[in-house]
This record gives sequence, structure tokens and C-alpha cells, in this order.
Amino acid sequence: MHWDVVWNNFEYFLIGAFPEGPLGGLAMSILLALGGIFGAFWLGLAAGLMRISKRRMVRLPAIIYIEIIRGTPLLMLIFWFYFLAPILLGQAMPEAQCALVALIIFTGAYIAEIVRAGVEALPKGQMEAARGTGLSRFQAQVYIILPQALFNMIPSFVNQFVSLTKDTSLAFIIGVNELTKAATQVNNRTLTSPTEIFITIAVLYFIVCYLLTEFSRKLEKRINRYQARTR
Amino acid sequence: MSMIEFHNVNKWYGDFHVLKDINESVESGEVLVICGPSGSGKSTLIRCVNRLEEYQKGHILIEGRDLHGDDVNVNELRSEIGIVFQQFNLYPHLSVLKNITLAPIKVRKTPKKDAEEMAMQLLERVGIHSQATKYPAELSGGQQQRVAIARALAMKPKIMLFDEPTSALDPEMINEVLNVMKDLAREGMTMLCVTHEMGFAREVADRVVFMDFGEILEQAPPDEFFRNPKHERTKLFLKEIL
Repeated sequence: MHWDVVWNNFEYFLIGAFPEGPLGGLAMSILLALGGIFGAFWLGLAAGLMRISKRRMVRLPAIIYIEIIRGTPLLMLIFWFYFLAPILLGQAMPEAQCALVALIIFTGAYIAEIVRAGVEALPKGQMEAARGTGLSRFQAQVYIILPQALFNMIPSFVNQFVSLTKDTSLAFIIGVNELTKAATQVNNRTLTSPTEIFITIAVLYFIVCYLLTEFSRKLEKRINRYQARTR
Repeated sequence: MSMIEFHNVNKWYGDFHVLKDINESVESGEVLVICGPSGSGKSTLIRCVNRLEEYQKGHILIEGRDLHGDDVNVNELRSEIGIVFQQFNLYPHLSVLKNITLAPIKVRKTPKKDAEEMAMQLLERVGIHSQATKYPAELSGGQQQRVAIARALAMKPKIMLFDEPTSALDPEMINEVLNVMKDLAREGMTMLCVTHEMGFAREVADRVVFMDFGEILEQAPPDEFFRNPKHERTKLFLKEIL
């Protein structure tokens, strides 16, 4: 075993060539994941609410978006944005941005379905009670339905976000300097210790995902302390 | 002008004719008790009054204004008609106080402080002002239903609808809710109550309406209704529940 290869390149795995060169490695993976989580949450929330709208013209675009994305591999989406961006924008988009957009659009579709299921799972009486006091549909969503539904959705969100975090490794395919790319670079250069290198990055991915689930568990507990639940 | 008028109201769920030619009028301050077997359309009827259910034919007028008139804002309309449900439907994530103040603050734009003051008065009126900071799950069923009544009253409604308000309660809690409703009736609130509490009907109802298969079969002041029911199905129904 040649663990010295790992130790010699450990800083490169964590932050790439930063600060002399561009940021990369695990730091880039985490940036992609955080950006993806943030973007996918809002996109998914919007698409999910559109999906359950009573108006067909609002519902239809959401259905089309969700169905197309769910039927397409993420890798394909990343390629699309990579090759389509120059055509659509007239100039190339940086690789990391292409990957981020693909991750957001991909995960957003899944988040949308979680939002739909979460809202539909609430007892109908909640909406009726809210509307019955004169709140508009929008006010009822914001003050009554979503606070309850989003709380119930936390475990499903975490699932999706962990999945997204691991999916950032696919950005490697278009040359984004993230953890997987750093590992292959070092491996191609040294050619002596692929096992050690890939065990190391597996552990790094695991730690990040584990911290994410731990955080969400804490969050759930904290909200629980403020809310007395009936169910 | 009557408070509520039903003119030939008809409603279908697909092929199922839930409400058949409902004609009725309710005066201001009148307390109407609607009874009948389950599935007879009584809940559906009162839910039509604040448009939680739509009807396909006929008209309902509130103080002469058509519920489906062009000038009617459905949110404004609902804010003036309180409804209390069988399952309470309190908001589990909000405290008792916030359950009550939410609509006054968001719909009526009442300042928070005034809304809370009013909520405390209402809670006092329904006898549970000491529970204001608790969450619904920490209250008994009877207390929850009284909060639900306070929540409806916070909008200062002209009409109160009660959809089987005591059916989900343990027997020992029924009276605490009925007493609040009786006080309300005596204060002159216009009330439509779907209930099987015949004692309540006897005591405070101005009229009792009997429905079956989506029709109003008969209606009379409570004395006459209980002593001398005319329709065969009314007699059968009363025999079963009394």
C-alpha cells in the first residue's frame, strides 16, 4: 500500500490548487452541493405548488417539466447544458456552472414531487378551515399548509439532498475540478495506488453526506421542540 | 330582507343528486337546527353557504347578495361567515392564540396587539383563557372545539355554521361546547347547526329542519317538530335517535 501518495496530495483533494490556482477538490464538490440544494429547493417548491394548482395552464408546464426530467439520466442533462449553453448563450458557460444548473434542474423535479405529496398528505380540513376564515388560497398555503407540510417533508428532502451531493461527482465528466476529478488526476499522474486514492475519496464523500443527515436530524428535533404535534 | 335565502339550490356529485330543490330562508338572529340521517346532504347544504362546496343550480343570497354574484369577493364573503367543523381543524403548528389571531391579522389587517386582546376576550367567553399559549394537541377535544368557535368568532361573523360540532367529542365534553353555542344563540347570532343534539334543538332552535335524500322534508318550531312530526321518515328518524 502506498498511502504516502494520498497524504502528499491530500490538500489537493480538499481544496484543489487554491489559493495559487482555481478552487477544486472537495471544496468544489461542497459548493456544487450547497448551490444545488439551495436552487433545487426553490425550483422544486415552485414546481410542486404549480403541479397542484387548480388551473390547468399552471399545472401543465410543471407536469411536463417533472416528467421529462424524471425520464432523463442526470449525466445526459449535464451534457445537454454543456453543449447547448454555447448555442443558447452565444458563449461557453464555465463547466462548474453548467453542472450546477443541471443539478438544480434535475433535483428540482424530484423535490417538486416531494412537495406535491407532502401538501396532498395534509388533512383537507386544514385548507378548509383556513379558507373558511377568509384567508386566500395563497395565504392559506403560506401560513397553514406549507409550514406543516415542509416539516413532514424533511426526511425526503434529506434523501434527495444526499443524493444530489453524491451526484456532484458526475460533474467530473465535463471537466469540473471537483473531488472525483482531483482523484483521477492524481491517479493518472502516479499510477501506483488507485485503491488508496479511491478509498480516500469514498470516505470524504461519506463524511460530507453523514454530516448532512446529522444536521437534518438536529433540525427536525429543534423544530419538534417548538411545535406540539397532533400526529 | 332575510339573512340567508336558498332558491331552488341543486347540487350533484357526478350522477349523485346531493341537494334537490332546496328552498328556505333564514332570518337575522334565527337559529336553525338541521337534522337527518347521514348522507342526507345536511353538511353539504351548510357548506354551500360559505362556498366550501359549489352548487350547480339555483341561488343562495346572503342579505340579498347572490353568493355567485360578480361583485362578490369569496374571501370577504367567507370572512363574514364563521364555520365550525366536526374535526375542529385547528392549526396544529400554531398556538391557541395564533390560531385565533391569524385571520384577523392577515385578512382584516387588525394590528397584532388588538387582535390578541380580542382573542383573549373570546377565549374568556368560551372559558379557556388560561390555555392561550398552548398548542391544540395539548387540549382536550371539548377545549379544541371551543378554540375553533373562538377562531370563527374572531372575524365577527354575521352567520355561524356548525357542521356536527359535537359528533367527534367524548360524551362528557359535549355540554361544554353546547353551552357556548347556546350563549351564542341567545346573543342573537344567526346560526345554522347540523347536529343530532336534540336537547340543544329543543332549547334554543327557532326551527328544526329535517332532511333526507337531499331534500328538506319538513320543518317546524322544535315543540311542534318533536311532538307532532308529519312525515313518515321524520317519525322513523326521531324514533331512532331519541
